Amino acid sequence: MTELPSVAVQEGGGLRRQALAATGQVIGRSVGRLVGFAMGLVDRPMKAIQRAIGAKRMPYVFLLPNFVFFGLFVFLPIAINVVFSVTGGTALFPSQRPFAGLDQYAYLFDCGSFLDPNSCREDHFWRGVANTAKFVVFQVTAMVLLSLLTAVILNMKIRGRGFFRAVYFFPVLLSPVVVALIWKWILQRDGLLNAAITTFGGQKILFFVDPGWAMFWAVFVSIWAHMGLYTLILLAGLQAIPSDLYEAAQMDATPRWRVFRRITLPLLWPNMIVVIVLSLIKGVQTFDEVFVLTGGGPGTATLMVVQYIYETAFSNQVQNFGLAAAASVVLGIVLFVLTLLQLAVTRQKER
Amino acid sequence: MAASRLARFAGRRRGGSGAPLHWTDIAAYAYLALGCILMFGPVLWLVLSSFKTQGALLEFPPSLLPLAQVEVTVPGQPQPLPLFRVTLPDGSVRELAQLRRVGLVAQMVDPKDPSQQFRVALDKREPVRKMAFATENYTEPLERFAFLRFLGNSVFVTVVATLITLLINSMAAYALSVYEFRGKNAALLAVIGTLMIPITIILVPVYLVVTELGLVNSLWAVILPGAATPTGVFLLRQYMLTLPRDLIEAARMDKASEWQIYWRIVMPLTLPALAVLAIFSIMWRWNEFLWPLAVLTKTEVYTLQIGLNAFQGELQTQWHYLLAMTVVTLLPVALVFVFLQRCITTGIGSTGMK
Repeated sequence: MTELPSVAVQEGGGLRRQALAATGQVIGRSVGRLVGFAMGLVDRPMKAIQRAIGAKRMPYVFLLPNFVFFGLFVFLPIAINVVFSVTGGTALFPSQRPFAGLDQYAYLFDCGSFLDPNSCREDHFWRGVANTAKFVVFQVTAMVLLSLLTAVILNMKIRGRGFFRAVYFFPVLLSPVVVALIWKWILQRDGLLNAAITTFGGQKILFFVDPGWAMFWAVFVSIWAHMGLYTLILLAGLQAIPSDLYEAAQMDATPRWRVFRRITLPLLWPNMIVVIVLSLIKGVQTFDEVFVLTGGGPGTATLMVVQYIYETAFSNQVQNFGLAAAASVVLGIVLFVLTLLQLAVTRQKER
Repeated sequence: MAASRLARFAGRRRGGSGAPLHWTDIAAYAYLALGCILMFGPVLWLVLSSFKTQGALLEFPPSLLPLAQVEVTVPGQPQPLPLFRVTLPDGSVRELAQLRRVGLVAQMVDPKDPSQQFRVALDKREPVRKMAFATENYTEPLERFAFLRFLGNSVFVTVVATLITLLINSMAAYALSVYEFRGKNAALLAVIGTLMIPITIILVPVYLVVTELGLVNSLWAVILPGAATPTGVFLLRQYMLTLPRDLIEAARMDKASEWQIYWRIVMPLTLPALAVLAIFSIMWRWNEFLWPLAVLTKTEVYTLQIGLNAFQGELQTQWHYLLAMTVVTLLPVALVFVFLQRCITTGIGSTGMK
């Protein structure tokens, strides 16, 4: 963390470094002056407040702005969400919405069989649930295995380790829209991948017309974009394993596979669970990349729960806020259980 | 020969010890090489493609580099003509410019000697191409679409939201780290609680709150709801807990007000953690998608991400603009990454949060 200023300066020669330092100084000085000015404005009223309520109560003043935001945009909405889900109609303001009891939930759960989305009255929601479940199973499994493999390899004595770590990590910073467009361009009908396929004598594949392929690429692209984060967490775990364990194993000429199974895996297990739960939580909320990549299609083949909520509330002809809120409450409960699981796991890890 | 040298190079270990190469080492390097192609390749392909002309983008199979047909000015012709490499009936190969095309035959002229004209079958010629960067892909969207506006909106949201986040998060973190007061544990618990409530599950009610505040279709609707971040409060609090208490006590002796202690003493010492939070916040805000998508419906308040998404719906056939705009959207993040890579990775590594 403290390396921040030096990193920018490391690049380039002396002249550039001087120029950089000079601009840095100028920017620093003007920002400093601006901040000082703002400080002067706030200082007096703050002193007056402190005199009025006493220094003991000052922490409440410091907490206030943050908690006003939390209250307005998190706590209040949770309550309103429940109100929305038990009222009907199309009005946005709760006072204009007729009470509907548990009708929204009943409608949402009105299914012939929960294993068959087609038997449900709100079949889009259940198709979203089924797709999200399928997506999460494949994505989390592949992501955890690939991040583990990558982290183990990056932890070996390898040249250019920092470079390779950066290579796997950088897509994490890209925006979901950019990620989706990059791959859409490669996967389109006359794209790079189809060019490669036809060069090797194959037929062009319309990836976004075939439901199976669309789901495959949704999973693939999302792994591509997020793998670096989990690799990083696992790498931190690997580097925390004491090296004398490995040295002892090397003395005994233990085969590498056994070292991995008997030393690495057990000691890395707590980090693995964190990665699994974290990717589960993120996976259940998948929306952005898949939405831009496939639009939920073909048909509803890659429609996710969050997209269902968004469309039900905002982009459908009839904005059904009640149904969307009921679906979010269901999603919220799933996430709540997963988060409790994560907290339990982290607490166990700390012990 | 070259391969064996490469193997010897790859086989050299860190620290130069001559340990024999295990097959897993080779597999590891192969995996890393493949990773480089898979991770960098798509972005590189995007950048290369973004410099191709509209015509070049429609080619199949696509060329790797942005190539464009060479055009020459021929004396006596008002417009520049496309240049082709032609195989003439006598077997000789010459570079000719096309005057006009009639069916499967083209009427061509030698640019060096305009009096010489040829009739050439279309399959006997090949366009002469050279590397050319279609920079108009970048400049035209700026004039034609509201792209500059989206860019401005994104910058405004990112900067203002990050400043607000830094201020209110650090104030809360200061209260929760330096003081003992009633309700402190409840406040900490509330912060943990908000960590569990992502915007995805309170989308509709936040929309209602924003509507009540009269902020729909204003950039403040994007800025305000996410300004108080639990991640930020925790990150800063953990850092502030490590600061020496004597310093704060000494300042109190000197009759500094609590605000002055926060502003003049604690904040400057927290700069490294503030920098990490600033980078996180910039990333979050620049890339934010679902919430702006829900709350911004007018084109003039679109952020880059929403604008880009809208374009990809409208401009299905105009990939040349779309690709260039994608590159512009990607650029700031790429620059931040190049300069602050280590800072970001240690920040995420130490918090486990993104």
